[in-house]
Amino acid sequence: MRILYFAWLRAKIGTAEEELELPSQVHDVNGLLQWLKSRGPGYAEALKNLKTVRVAVNQDYVGPEHEVHDSDEVAIFPPVTGG
Amino acid sequence: MIRVQREDFDVGTELEKLAKGNPRIGGIASFIGLVRDMGGADRIDALTLEHYPGMTEKKLAEIEAEANRRWPLDASLIIHRHGRLEPGDRIVLVATASPHREAALAACHFLIDWLKTDAPFWKSEETPQGERWVAARSQDDEATRRWKQG
Repeated sequence: MRILYFAWLRAKIGTAEEELELPSQVHDVNGLLQWLKSRGPGYAEALKNLKTVRVAVNQDYVGPEHEVHDSDEVAIFPPVTGG
Repeated sequence: MIRVQREDFDVGTELEKLAKGNPRIGGIASFIGLVRDMGGADRIDALTLEHYPGMTEKKLAEIEAEANRRWPLDASLIIHRHGRLEPGDRIVLVATASPHREAALAACHFLIDWLKTDAPFWKSEETPQGERWVAARSQDDEATRRWKQG
């Protein structure tokens, strides 16, 4: 799975993009976020408060129950502040 | 039309192009967003806009299509810049053209409200105290929610 991070999530996690193989117990966005949190202190810090985290799968906003697959492009970022 | 670009744009040229060759258009409404020199109580020396290439364009195109579903527009344009900008610099241009003013003004307002809460851009500010990410404003969510209810 291709995972992209933006803004302060990118800064805290320390990478803009990574290619990861999903463990078999991860089926949805919530499961993905919980698994990522366990990958290190930067992830745990970035994903501490999920209220400030938005997720897009294949460039569409999704909720925590949305299914995820290895072929997906997932992006994780804070609420947007453009305009 | 959607453009996401680093370069500045000329407002006059863009608005003129929007209506050119279409005598049905009776009015153009526009919104131009600029970099402010204050963020809360702090001076802003510059800001950097990050975006998600691909999704940003996709969301802007969806927002524009929604405006065209809701109002009879003859033309519309969203230009949003990214990269490092300084106070006074243009960030965004939203323009809508229609035979009558009501549709153009309402659609322009809708587009800028919706863009602020749905288009993947993030601002980071340079202040005398250092660099910091701008937090999303709940008033912006409220502004977009009004349109979703309407």
